[in-house]
Amino acid sequence: MVKNIIDWIDARIPMTATYNRHVGQYATPTNFNFWYFFGSLAMLVLVNQLLTGIWLTMNYVPTAEGAFASIEYIMRDVEYGWLLRYMHSTGASAFFVVIYLHMFRGLIYGSYQKPRELLWLFGMLIFLVLMAEAFMGYLLPWGQMSYWGAQVIISLFGAIPVIGDDLTLWIRGDFVVSGATLNRFFALHVIALPLVLVVLVFLHLIALHEVGSNNPDGIEIKKNKDENGWPKDGIPFHPYYTVKDIMGVAGFLIVFCYVLFFMPEGGGYFLEKPNFEAANPMKTPEHIAPVWYFTPFYAILRAIPDKLLGVVGMGLAIAVLFILPWLDRCNVKSIRYRSMIHKLNISQFAVSFVILGYLGAVPATPALTIAARIFTLTYFGFFLALWIYSKNEKTKPVPERLTH
Amino acid sequence: MKKLLIALVTLVPSLVFAAGGAHVHLESANVDLNDTESLQRGLDKFQHYCAGCHSTQYQRYNRVAEDLDISIDDMRNKYMFDENAKVGDLMENAIPEVDAAKWFGAAPPDLTLVARVRGEDWIYTYLKGFYKDESRPFGVNNSVFPAVGMPHVLQELQGLPVKQEDGTTVATGGSLTAEEYDQVVRDITGFLVYSGDPVKLERESLGWWVMGFLFIFFIVAYLLKKEYWRDVH
Amino acid sequence: MSNAPVDTGRRRFLTAATAVVGGAGAVAVAVPFIKSWNPSAKAKAAGAPVEVNISKVEPGQLIRVEWRGKPVWVVRRTEEILDGLAKHDNQLRDPASVEEQQPAYAQNAVRSINPEFFIAVGLCTHLGCSPTYLPDTFGEQVEGVASGFFCPCHGSKFDMAGRVFQGVPAPLNLVVPPHQYIDDGNVIIGVDQGAA
Repeated sequence: MVKNIIDWIDARIPMTATYNRHVGQYATPTNFNFWYFFGSLAMLVLVNQLLTGIWLTMNYVPTAEGAFASIEYIMRDVEYGWLLRYMHSTGASAFFVVIYLHMFRGLIYGSYQKPRELLWLFGMLIFLVLMAEAFMGYLLPWGQMSYWGAQVIISLFGAIPVIGDDLTLWIRGDFVVSGATLNRFFALHVIALPLVLVVLVFLHLIALHEVGSNNPDGIEIKKNKDENGWPKDGIPFHPYYTVKDIMGVAGFLIVFCYVLFFMPEGGGYFLEKPNFEAANPMKTPEHIAPVWYFTPFYAILRAIPDKLLGVVGMGLAIAVLFILPWLDRCNVKSIRYRSMIHKLNISQFAVSFVILGYLGAVPATPALTIAARIFTLTYFGFFLALWIYSKNEKTKPVPERLTH
Repeated sequence: MKKLLIALVTLVPSLVFAAGGAHVHLESANVDLNDTESLQRGLDKFQHYCAGCHSTQYQRYNRVAEDLDISIDDMRNKYMFDENAKVGDLMENAIPEVDAAKWFGAAPPDLTLVARVRGEDWIYTYLKGFYKDESRPFGVNNSVFPAVGMPHVLQELQGLPVKQEDGTTVATGGSLTAEEYDQVVRDITGFLVYSGDPVKLERESLGWWVMGFLFIFFIVAYLLKKEYWRDVH
Repeated sequence: MSNAPVDTGRRRFLTAATAVVGGAGAVAVAVPFIKSWNPSAKAKAAGAPVEVNISKVEPGQLIRVEWRGKPVWVVRRTEEILDGLAKHDNQLRDPASVEEQQPAYAQNAVRSINPEFFIAVGLCTHLGCSPTYLPDTFGEQVEGVASGFFCPCHGSKFDMAGRVFQGVPAPLNLVVPPHQYIDDGNVIIGVDQGAA
């Protein structure tokens, strides 16, 4: 009976073939480690955001007059509204945690290198859309941080010569951030960008399954196949990585739910204190900082003592990641078999990123501004150095088969 | 707007400095949300001393009554000053905002979420921080909130604190001792902490169940993974 | 791949265990999503019991009160109307109000606590239209019955106790909401008789 139904469907759409291609018979390297959990976790968080997001729109009021009160309405008057809201707000931060770790994995194991350049580009586009999504979503609670954060970020576009002021006016649809801005951000946040995001995630997966997964050794498992054409170092994604990812999901949820239930404000980083005060266009909070996932880029913006160059610097900090596949001219992918200088370079990059993140979150002092400038240089220095030394890098011999 | 950005980039340090209050040492409020009696006293004091000017407009009378173990009748008779209000209504303000702005220079803010904006220690220290200052319109200033635009409404309880040479304050003329006043302030702070996050206790108790469940799920998932991966290792 | 023999029993058990625990988790996660669709505290506050002063309702008059967004009728029945109620039982679907369309305290021949006042939700039990009160011309609908309610949507007919006549689409008598008398002149709609 079941077989008949499956046959009937398969004669019309390639259901079984698609399942086998992407899950059942997708050859996956045997040696995925801890870093490889974050791809599936990003999917989980995406689903969480979509579902809780849809449910929040059922009670959210996208007007300047009603937005703030409607959040408190959700938090107090709607049954389990607080849970849905905290799932969404904690999910936003979790999304960036997971995505940053996912990107770092790609960085250390050279997953952006040929033939995965397009995969990396789709990933970077996802990151970009995610930032836009997060930024617009943060305006919706219409708290003080929402309001002034949006004010500042939109003003960044004012740095663009000639058209800057008109552009900011156009983005806001008003002379200041207002209900008009809130309405369009709401539309983009709940419809347009999620749609783009889902399409990009689909393309990201198609690109991944076309070239196959990289691994901690940075070896192409497709180069070593047995007589049946199955990679010798490959195992089918299902059941091996499905059961492993289920375990990863359980582990992730323990951390996620701990934050969700016991510290939903995330120490003032996931939900910032001033955002519990309704937006007041007449009064800026004493200390405004973007949410933590934007702070590394914000620190770069602040470090550069020129408005236009600051914006350009911040834009470049993101843009340079797009061309990473072409900056790295080395043929060896994994950090395991690359030179000491590369290991040091990646380490200093990670440290710079984290420190910039810290610096962007605290009020600037002259000393901290100097620090921000230094780490801005080391941030960009990573890419420059990589481009220089990767041409003739002294690498270790790469094994034929996977090690661990 | 351009200037705003520049201001932010260059003036953040001075902004923070100008805020002043940020550097005042805050006393620990030691609020206990499980102490329902304290929260009840807090509601009582809040409604009598604060609610005349400050609304808590995001919460409802009946929800507060239920959470704080107060009967609906008590709520209606003791704490609902608007004759037309129903017990399911939001705890909105009695005085119109425009009038309030006229009297105090700025409309007294809604306080439902003040504990989440300022923190419980801030509220506790603020309510204890009034001192005599003839230069201010209401004759008092506040060590946590300099140039505060609010009178010392708890003066009949605490008395009027006067700054001494060593920086401490001594209050005289109040109906309560210093310890009793501290407790009153702690009660009010507790009520505001509750108001800011009424679901906290429920959230945390649910949280433990969720953690327990996930722990079991993790163990089962781990065993399943290990079982399948025996093929590979 | 190692060639160690596979313990299929253990494998099947652990798969089932994970599925059961995971499934239970999924069901639990669905709870907040489902429950968030229940009426919120705001809706419940808006749907709170309403107090009605009925002392000024004239004999034969119908007044409408809003309760939970629905029209609730209060009709003051004359002696004549009350006497007429017993005369057409054979034309009704449920003359004795067996179906639970009313609280127990209104399950009587006149379907009310105080016979003089008939209180009902003014929505047809067919598809929810609000029937029209015909104090004088109901005889055109049902011969020999002077007054009653006629639903303009699909022609359902009810007598002065909200009981449905036979041969119309509406299946049940009109709903009598929970209500209680505070005193002779005041009724609370939405709270059961005897409840605090």
